[in-house]
Amino acid sequence: MSKSIEQKSVKFAVLFALLVSLLMISTAHAGKNWRAEGNSKASEMAQTGGMCVRDTADMRRNHMDLIQHDRDVTVHQGIRALDGSLKGCVNCHANKQESGEYVPVTAMSGPGGSQFCASCHVYTSVSLDCFQCHSTVPTE
Amino acid sequence: MKTTDQTDHKRRDFLKTGVAASAVTLAPGIVMHTAEAAPRDKAVDSSVRWGMLIDSSKCASGCDSCVQACNDENGLEAYSMPEGADPEKWDQQRPKWIRSVTLKDNLSGRISNLPLMCQHCENPPCADVCPTGASFRRADGVVMVDRHICIGCRYCMMACPYKARSFIHENVDIKPELAPRGKGCVESCNFCVHRLDDGQTTTACQDACPENAIIFGDLNDPNSEVSKALAEYPSVQIRADLRLNTGVRYSGI
Amino acid sequence: MKKIFYKEWDIASQTYWMILAVLAVISAIAGFAVLHMEHNGHWVTGMSNQIVWGTPHVFAVFLIVAASGALNVASIASVFNKKAYKPLAPLSALLAVALLIGGLLILVLDLGRPERLIVAMTTYNFKSIFAWNIILYNGFIAIVAFYLWTILDRKMNRFYKAAGVAAFLWRLILTTGTGSIFGFLVARQGYDAAIMAPWFIIMSFGFGLAIYMLVLSDFFRLSGRPLGDSVMFRLKNLLGVFVAASLLFALMYHLTNLYGTENHAYEAFILRDGGVYTAAFWIGQILIGGLLPLAIVFHPSLGKSRAWIYAAAIMVIIGGLATIYVIIIGGQAFPMTMFPGKTVIASGFYDGINGLASTYSPSLAEALLGIGGIAVALLITAIGVRMLKILPMSLADEVADPHSAS
Repeated sequence: MSKSIEQKSVKFAVLFALLVSLLMISTAHAGKNWRAEGNSKASEMAQTGGMCVRDTADMRRNHMDLIQHDRDVTVHQGIRALDGSLKGCVNCHANKQESGEYVPVTAMSGPGGSQFCASCHVYTSVSLDCFQCHSTVPTE
Repeated sequence: MKTTDQTDHKRRDFLKTGVAASAVTLAPGIVMHTAEAAPRDKAVDSSVRWGMLIDSSKCASGCDSCVQACNDENGLEAYSMPEGADPEKWDQQRPKWIRSVTLKDNLSGRISNLPLMCQHCENPPCADVCPTGASFRRADGVVMVDRHICIGCRYCMMACPYKARSFIHENVDIKPELAPRGKGCVESCNFCVHRLDDGQTTTACQDACPENAIIFGDLNDPNSEVSKALAEYPSVQIRADLRLNTGVRYSGI
Repeated sequence: MKKIFYKEWDIASQTYWMILAVLAVISAIAGFAVLHMEHNGHWVTGMSNQIVWGTPHVFAVFLIVAASGALNVASIASVFNKKAYKPLAPLSALLAVALLIGGLLILVLDLGRPERLIVAMTTYNFKSIFAWNIILYNGFIAIVAFYLWTILDRKMNRFYKAAGVAAFLWRLILTTGTGSIFGFLVARQGYDAAIMAPWFIIMSFGFGLAIYMLVLSDFFRLSGRPLGDSVMFRLKNLLGVFVAASLLFALMYHLTNLYGTENHAYEAFILRDGGVYTAAFWIGQILIGGLLPLAIVFHPSLGKSRAWIYAAAIMVIIGGLATIYVIIIGGQAFPMTMFPGKTVIASGFYDGINGLASTYSPSLAEALLGIGGIAVALLITAIGVRMLKILPMSLADEVADPHSAS
């Protein structure tokens, strides 16, 4: 192996490590507050060792696919008993204010800071179309 | 998919026998209801075709119970007129899934009333023209819009022979729980599909009608109330000339 | 016929940038109109649940139809081997693409959810003529762009004939598709007619050629290049034939309707009682868009006047817009016949109570969007002729006329 290639691979490794740590920092940031400081059902469940419909890492990465798949199944086949129902997400992850009123999951402030959906989506600036039609607070 | 259908058929068959067996001693509706009153976990299939018979002779002039019930159920009035809108124009822009119509016969002068909504055609022109497939007919006969892929081109509104569809012209501030809806998409009556998927077997308009002029049910089940009524009374399709085989039929127009 | 030299549009920089600036400002205003409509929702427009397609669709359909017609000049040269049309071909192809982009832009920006265009591009319902049109429009732009390349690049010249034939066939299918948007609608009295497709093709010949003639003479005049009578006379004669054919199709469409009793009410509405639609039909479509330009181009003296020929082309465009207006808006305003033999005397949703037509008054934003589409089309054309060797140095009679004495 020539020296220049070696140098290049070292550079690449450093860059790669940097990128990975950046990604880790970003996800750490994104997931930091709702769990510890929120009062949603999901926060309570997390404290007692309960978990989401999939494990957290899987949900962070793949929740959109799950929601989209189940959205199509619900609309076109009428199946409503599903894991990936958006209503389910909102019901479980919405925090309450002291007054007992729910805080929209897309709000930038509230118990524990920015709310469940907003905390990542604003940070990564990925726009959220769901709530142009769907409710941002539980409607039970 | 295939296996799902088969199991569902078996389940339905089981239910039907159950109903038939208990029909003598028990009210059949109750058996059906308790067996299915849960969110649906199997895909809908064509063993059921939802449909309606509307007895226009029972439909009273000036009554708009069904219209109001539909608006409430689906959150169609969950916003007020936008500031600065021309009331007359805005009234033409508001969504209506069901409306009441009064007709006068040109020859005899006879007056009749009827509620008009999506007729849930077997061959819906709206679904034919929709470029993205957002307008579609579900296996159980419900014609609806998948608002996730509707681009708001309104071609379905041009194609519908019943003017049954509405375009959402304004921001929807309060998001309705049962029928999520938002600006820029087309919508229409979906036979209260959220109820059907929850195991219920009635629509909001039917429940609201003080004269019981609306009978809703499974057209494929010869023992359903709607099938029996259709077998007993003469009924018509609106624009029968188009041969769309509508799921909504009328008697006494 | 002498050798033809093509060169980029060599008008003064100042004039060029001024033209671009004006067109860009008009496009920007249209952009703001779109933001206004999309932010508030369509309630700010004149469109409603009764009249669902409005002024933007009139402009869009007009431009899309005209686009395929604008290509005709090039097709006459490449498919039908008419030498006299060859120097006119590059502008014809460029204009066709530009007009189509302008029209599509209007259509897309009027959607309820324009940001979901990607859905329309990736999810197809092949029973929908609209879905086919998305493919036809995109294909048209690609094929005509390739065709233009074979004209402009000597290395690509060997594909010229094939590309020309492909573009010609594609444009016929495209206009068939556009006409079928209305022809396939069984619900409404004014549509649901197979004649719509060929009628749209004939109209496209006229609209496209009229726009072509205006652009050609203006662009030549601005750069001081000679444009002889022989070219313009040739084109105006062609325009006359197309206008006459359009009139014939309109006549056939209405005669067919008048024969069947079920359509009498619709015909009475368009031809007699429709107010603005009746006016648009008789004054716009028939008089301004048909009889007057026909009389001008075939008049022994007016037909020899370049100013009058220019005016005739403008009339064809105005009449064309009026025609599309009558078809799209008039066709919707007429109440649908849901209950034959009965009259709707009350309705919660305007079902033509006592036979009354739906009302529609276009909003400023809609009109601005439509005009913006024209501005974008002209912008593309202006930039195109400036950057590419589209326009011949001269179309003077001794250059352009194959029968010229010299």
